[in-house]
Amino acid sequence: MDLTYTEEEQDFRAALRAWLAKVLPALPPAPSPDDWPGRRAHDAGWQRRLYDAGYAGLHWPVDAGGRGATPTQHLIFLEETERAGAPYVGANFVGLLHAGPTIAAEGSAEQRARWLPPVLRGDEMWCQGFSEPGAGSDLASLRTRAVRDGDAYVVTGSKIWTSHAEVADWCELLVRTDPDAPRHRGISWLALPMDAPGVTVRPLRTLAGSAEFAEVFLDEVRVPLSHRVGAENDGWRVTMVTLSFERGTAFVGEVVACRRTLEGLARTARANGRWDDPVLRRRLGRLYGEFGALWRLTQWNVSAAERSGGVPGVGGSVFKLAYSHARQELYEAAAEVLGADSLVLDARWTPDRLSSLSYTIAAGTSQIQRNIVAERILGLPKGR
Amino acid sequence: MHFQPTEDQEALRAGVRALLAGRYGREELRAAVDGGPVVDRALWRELGTAGFFALRLPESAGGVGLGLAEGVLVFEEAGRALLPGPLVATHLAAGVVPGAAEGTAVVTAGDLDGGLVAYLAEADAVLGAAGPGVPAGEPVRSVDPLTPLHRVAAPGEVAPYRTAGALLTAALQVGSALRTLELAVRHAGEREQFGQPIGAFQAVKHLCAGMLVRAEVARTAVYAAAVTEDAGEVAAAGLLADEAAVLGARDCLQVHGGMGFTWEADVHLHLKRAWVRARQWRTAEQAEELLAAELLAGAGPPGPGDAP
Ligand SMILES: Cc1cc2nc3c(=O)[nH]c(=O)nc-3n(C[C@H](O)[C@H](O)[C@H](O)COP(=O)(O)OP(=O)(O)OC[C@H]3O[C@@H](n4cnc5c(N)ncnc54)[C@H](O)[C@@H]3O)c2cc1C
Repeated sequence: MDLTYTEEEQDFRAALRAWLAKVLPALPPAPSPDDWPGRRAHDAGWQRRLYDAGYAGLHWPVDAGGRGATPTQHLIFLEETERAGAPYVGANFVGLLHAGPTIAAEGSAEQRARWLPPVLRGDEMWCQGFSEPGAGSDLASLRTRAVRDGDAYVVTGSKIWTSHAEVADWCELLVRTDPDAPRHRGISWLALPMDAPGVTVRPLRTLAGSAEFAEVFLDEVRVPLSHRVGAENDGWRVTMVTLSFERGTAFVGEVVACRRTLEGLARTARANGRWDDPVLRRRLGRLYGEFGALWRLTQWNVSAAERSGGVPGVGGSVFKLAYSHARQELYEAAAEVLGADSLVLDARWTPDRLSSLSYTIAAGTSQIQRNIVAERILGLPKGR
Repeated sequence: MHFQPTEDQEALRAGVRALLAGRYGREELRAAVDGGPVVDRALWRELGTAGFFALRLPESAGGVGLGLAEGVLVFEEAGRALLPGPLVATHLAAGVVPGAAEGTAVVTAGDLDGGLVAYLAEADAVLGAAGPGVPAGEPVRSVDPLTPLHRVAAPGEVAPYRTAGALLTAALQVGSALRTLELAVRHAGEREQFGQPIGAFQAVKHLCAGMLVRAEVARTAVYAAAVTEDAGEVAAAGLLADEAAVLGARDCLQVHGGMGFTWEADVHLHLKRAWVRARQWRTAEQAEELLAAELLAGAGPPGPGDAP
């Protein structure tokens, strides 16, 4: 067990740090959280800078346009960018972390050439059209159907909770291509152009007041057969590839961010006198220890993945469970530090407190994650 | 960065597990509970011979010359086996108290708050005590049948040993947490109600999943603290490990139903020991205060971006 970094890894960190120190001060100021076109432009601009500097798709395979970096280098990248206060992956989230890796792993040569470079350059944004009004946790019950008509699928149905749908160019869309097959076997994975005729996006307001996700209605939308990634009716397997990416690495940088938040909480509590309350002080101390441990768990998972040479496994579910709850506790503690000021909507940490409520729901609820841990790690029997 | 056990470390762990499985299985455990010796002197010497106590003593001093990383792996196994006795104190006494390294002496420590000392009557020495031998103490009835307790007026100074003691105790807690998880999962797979194994019921499944999450987070924290030897990481590891062991044993008890509430089931032994360990070397309050102080020191002075 060793936590020291190799010389190569240290060099990588140093070069990244130097680059961040140079490029971040020149970055335009972040747009307001409600300005979605502005946020898209900002995120795209950041992605372009990463691309030009050779940091785009760091962990992607080289033949997919990435740098083929080791999981540890990717970890260093996430740690350093977060520490330096660089923009979050933002509107590039699905393209970089889901759709891109899925296309890289499962797509044809033409598909990779068509879709991967624009993701890496920040030219095209993706969203994720998995959930439906009747299919959330039970994703395999999805009903949006795609019927072959010549060289295209005709897609009809609706998707919901689609993050960034309003600013996305493409959607990784799960559709039912065989209504008669067993639930998991009749699903296909399509790349849907969001500007295709018949696509309607209706923003949904979150409890935080913003419109970061949307409903997407699909009314006889024609999607070329060539936009299907993987074999017809094999979309469930393709999707599992995607989800392992989502759960494996999606939250890494945020652990670092949480530790920074805790430091801000400590400073504020000292300034406003609440640090003198031993109950609150001890609570912050414990959270500090917990986030430190979560960072170590990240390193553990990454080095386990590095040893096995595989994609992140179910260990990601363990991490997600622990992290999502800790993060909610963090913002409950923040509210204690602020006192009644936490009720002011734009008080520091109040928007984060609101958005943290989604962490135990999005990307698989805590209940579903516990099922995964119990059945796949502990080997407990499936319920009837 | 290779934050995974090396082959040697895995082999060491496997060796200790095999030794303990052979020498301190369920029969020996229950025999001790039923009034046998709490500390088995022969086993203590065997542990000494195997290097359990001299593990971190330099080779020049007759030790094995390994580090805390190996220490926590070995203590995790002892926690899993629910091995009684002042394991941590004797380990820390190696090189300090004659016979500790070899396992010919049993050394305890005043590591509990409130002047309580565990295993006083079984011990040859108390770590950090003013004089040789063991001080007089008033026996009290202990919640854990395998951790006899005495109240002692001046139990000795343990401050120099606190960090290592807290970490190795956390490793014992992790071993216990992993063991109660195993017991719960096994029972959940075997016990049938309503025509199916209770482990198929989500309420049971989720208890077990929660146990795994706490145990895994604690285990990584303990390993990391062993590697860095950072005071804050040790404190955090202790907090998480105490929680994993105590809550793990309670959830295990719940999964066992009425059987879990009996003296026959081992789970109460894990729970009671976990309670004892949670008060050894450092309380949760002390650990949280230590971490809070570290957080504040690292946070620096208030700056522009801070909330009013
Ligand atoms: C902020 C946010 C962003 C999102 N972004 C996207 C996106 O971009 N693309 C996308 O496709 N989806 C997205 N989602 C959807 C998300 O994946 C689903 O909300 C989630 O999987 C839960 O599905 P549901 O909302 O239908 O809830 P349900 O499945 O209806 O669950 C409701 C409750 O029942 C519980 N439950 C359901 N089934 C079980 C079971 N078997 N055992 C125990 N409890 C159960 C759940 O845990 C939950 O507490 C997003 C969600 C949020 C909150």
